[in-house]
Amino acid sequence: MNPILLETIIVCAGFVLLLAEALLPKIPKQVFGYLALAVVLAVFLLCFGADASKMNPDAPYAQYYIADTVALFFKKFLLLATACVLIFSLEFAPTLQRFLPSERPGGGIGEMYSLILFACAGMMWMVSANNFMMIFVSVELVTISFYIMVAYMRRSRASLEAGIKLLILGGISTGMNVFGIAWMLGALGTTNLSQIAALTPTLDPKLYPAILFSLCFILMAIGFKISAFPFQFWVPDVYQGAPTPITAFLAVASKASAFIVLMRILEPFLRSPALAERLIPAIAVIAALTLLMGNLAAIPQTNFKRLLAYSGISHAGYLLMGIASIASGNAGNAIAYYLVAYLIMTMLAFGVLVVVSNTVGSENLSDFNGLASRSPFLAAALTIGCLSLAGIPFTAGFIGKFFIFQSAVAAGQIPLVIVGVLAVACGYYYYLKVVRAMYWLPVPQTSEGAALPAISVSRPLAALLAVLVVMTLIFGVYPAPIFALLP
Amino acid sequence: MSPLLVLILLPVLGALFCFFAPKSARHTALWAATLNTILSVSLLLFFKPAEESGYGYLFFLPVLEKYGINFFLGADGFSLVMLLLSAVVTLAAVWSSKAPDKMPGLYYGGVLLISAGVLGAFASVDIFFFYLFHELALIPTFLLIGIWGTGDRQRIAWKITIYLAFGSFLLLLGLIGLYLAMPAEVRTFDMRVVRLLAEQGMLQPHLAVYFLLLLGFGILVSLFPFHTWAPAAYASAPAPVAMLHAGVLKKFGLYGLFRLVLPVFPAEVQAYAPLLLALIVGNILYIGYVTMAQKRLDLMAGYSSVMHMGYIFLGFAAGVLSQMGSSGAVLLMLGHGLSVAALFALIGQLRERTGTMEFSELGGLGRVLPKAGLLFGLATMASLGLPGFANFAGEVMVFFGAVAAGGHILGNPFQLTTLAAVWGVVISAVYGLRAYRAVFFGEMPDRWKSLEELPLGTRLSVLLLLLCSLAAGFYPQMIIQLITPAVLVP
Repeated sequence: MNPILLETIIVCAGFVLLLAEALLPKIPKQVFGYLALAVVLAVFLLCFGADASKMNPDAPYAQYYIADTVALFFKKFLLLATACVLIFSLEFAPTLQRFLPSERPGGGIGEMYSLILFACAGMMWMVSANNFMMIFVSVELVTISFYIMVAYMRRSRASLEAGIKLLILGGISTGMNVFGIAWMLGALGTTNLSQIAALTPTLDPKLYPAILFSLCFILMAIGFKISAFPFQFWVPDVYQGAPTPITAFLAVASKASAFIVLMRILEPFLRSPALAERLIPAIAVIAALTLLMGNLAAIPQTNFKRLLAYSGISHAGYLLMGIASIASGNAGNAIAYYLVAYLIMTMLAFGVLVVVSNTVGSENLSDFNGLASRSPFLAAALTIGCLSLAGIPFTAGFIGKFFIFQSAVAAGQIPLVIVGVLAVACGYYYYLKVVRAMYWLPVPQTSEGAALPAISVSRPLAALLAVLVVMTLIFGVYPAPIFALLP
Repeated sequence: MSPLLVLILLPVLGALFCFFAPKSARHTALWAATLNTILSVSLLLFFKPAEESGYGYLFFLPVLEKYGINFFLGADGFSLVMLLLSAVVTLAAVWSSKAPDKMPGLYYGGVLLISAGVLGAFASVDIFFFYLFHELALIPTFLLIGIWGTGDRQRIAWKITIYLAFGSFLLLLGLIGLYLAMPAEVRTFDMRVVRLLAEQGMLQPHLAVYFLLLLGFGILVSLFPFHTWAPAAYASAPAPVAMLHAGVLKKFGLYGLFRLVLPVFPAEVQAYAPLLLALIVGNILYIGYVTMAQKRLDLMAGYSSVMHMGYIFLGFAAGVLSQMGSSGAVLLMLGHGLSVAALFALIGQLRERTGTMEFSELGGLGRVLPKAGLLFGLATMASLGLPGFANFAGEVMVFFGAVAAGGHILGNPFQLTTLAAVWGVVISAVYGLRAYRAVFFGEMPDRWKSLEELPLGTRLSVLLLLLCSLAAGFYPQMIIQLITPAVLVP
């Protein structure tokens, strides 16, 4: 089937759910969540039947949209991430409800599921975008959906604050993006990346300043999305304030699609050696600073969500390290694998956080004290997740780091590797802090002196967590299935 | 199904079983360890190399053939000796320990996971999985010391975990460097190919790779001055963890040095031998004197285990020039593993009974615990190299090998280091015998009058370790002919 139908189905489903939610008030809101989940999973299956050759090369959309192996791979990736987020949202609904002013039970929750679908479609377009126009429009679709979702909990000041922060900085980033694209159009006369790729080998060196100036602004705009240094300031506050499932969405799907956009934008320019030798050191410096910033700032965190925010910044650093090593040939696959590992392990951490924060009502690290005796399953799942985030062997995260570092050494990025090693050492510390809280520290006591009760997990979420744990371990020793899907 | 795969899967499955059925954890662990010991003994008895490289029991599963990463098991004489050591120490660790009150499933599951990790590392032909398996021990160690350790356990658990994880990461970079140094079309993590390429001169990595590997493995083996994680961790860890860590896990680094560094970097080992020898003197003399100054039994045992690594390193440094040195070092690895495990098993039992490890508070325990006294005496003698135990045979071979490596120039670095090492034997006799006297002889404080004698399991498991050491000490040829082909330098 024609791959452009995939996004179309998602968007249509989003509209249908939105209208149904408004017109059929009697239906319980979680039904819409399950419907959205069903649509996402159905489209995920359809992805395997998508065939780029069915696209009409003369149609106007072929200018903007490509469906190569990478695009299709990341569409599947994004759909799975969206499915995880939907399951989290269903679990998170009671907490969401507490922060929503509403006259009837469940009021105001239904729109969330449509917004998640719209953002998902936007990100799927991002990974297929082959034109700066398309990149801009799809990024905006995603960003605007996130403005609403982040500020969704209207009675929570933190959520509103997060929304405002994202809105202002997102607006700045949009402006930079447009400015950069305008310069690009002025310098090269086209916004199509394939045409740019054809132009770059024979580029007039007089154009270099204009192109670099334009790329500088575009990279800043993308830098906001992937939380690269120095554009990471919004991340901890927004992550902390946003509803937890949305934080997971922002951390995984939005970041991954922005990385694909970044790689697509850089690809034609890195073909020109003269431009590559100017761009690569800049990216290497940003990667090193992102690694240092993310890891050093993560060490003193006491709030688990903020910890995950900084950890997300540090993972962006490792991914940028991969981009800086793109000369080594297999760095592209290393980045893709790292993103898959990042999806699995981050979702694992957020899944456990959703359950714990639903029960406890806050997200501090101390809420995880003694989790091993309150819920051995959750503790084991989060342990595997944290070990994978830290890059301990036998987890997907280790294989990801292994390939990233291998590419970096092969590309001769030795200073970056040294920074990376220090970053990894910091990572061991703050991820093991979570493990320590769960296994070493005693269960906190209630005011009456009794130990807090056991924590129970709902069936769908428990199943999801179990699947994620198994995937972390399997991809930690047998990465071949992922590599088979990549070019 | 390959017997080596069974050897690894048994403890893994045992660990899972322990997690899900904590009540019978000790029994499960005991069964898994016993079966593994029987299996590893029979593997050694019926070993016949399947190919010219000396490896047998090969088992291959492709993982990422494009990158030369495969799940590839196999064993030669050297690995089989280490596998036997791991299995025996695991059995002793489980057998000699008492189940803790809280979370026994995690306790024994963790011990079995550590065991599975070392067994997997020694049974791997693929360097990638060799590395992976070693790291399996990291987290169980962190949890076991943090939950069941003694003293300042949390700080110590942090230190050992971060230190070793960092060291392993440096090691990983070294291994990546080794991998990338191969010609692009034959890049692989197969140890046999690495050795073959090195023999043909097709593998000439950067000097930095040598130092990364030396540093990475060195941290894991507690080479001076990277030893600071070790003594406190051994002193604080619950007995089974200390036994496995000091007895077996540390041998992973040495195994890697003999397997990978010696064949690939013979010239570098020789060229930078004076540097290494200086560190070895630090290990033997400096740590030796530090050991003498200890006032606690557990810390003393921890430091002495660090000190004895110096002898094995000396055999390694001499290994390029003298095959006797490297064979002796491997024999010493076996002897040290057995004796240190026996010591830590007894120390764990003593600590459980008395609750203190200060020499000044102990004394005269031989009167109430005669059997423990006898076994402790034997274990101390074994560890300080009394003739008859494997440690003696190993040390003597290392000394002869090191002197031979120095050639005929008087006062060359090898000779001087050997002199220091011989003096080290005197130092170990001093602290070993002093500790033995302080704990088991002399005046006995009244509060120790009603101490209970060791349980049968502990006595038998310590006896098993000592008997293995005696067998290898009286008939070292049995071990030497197994290991020599593996440590020959091309």
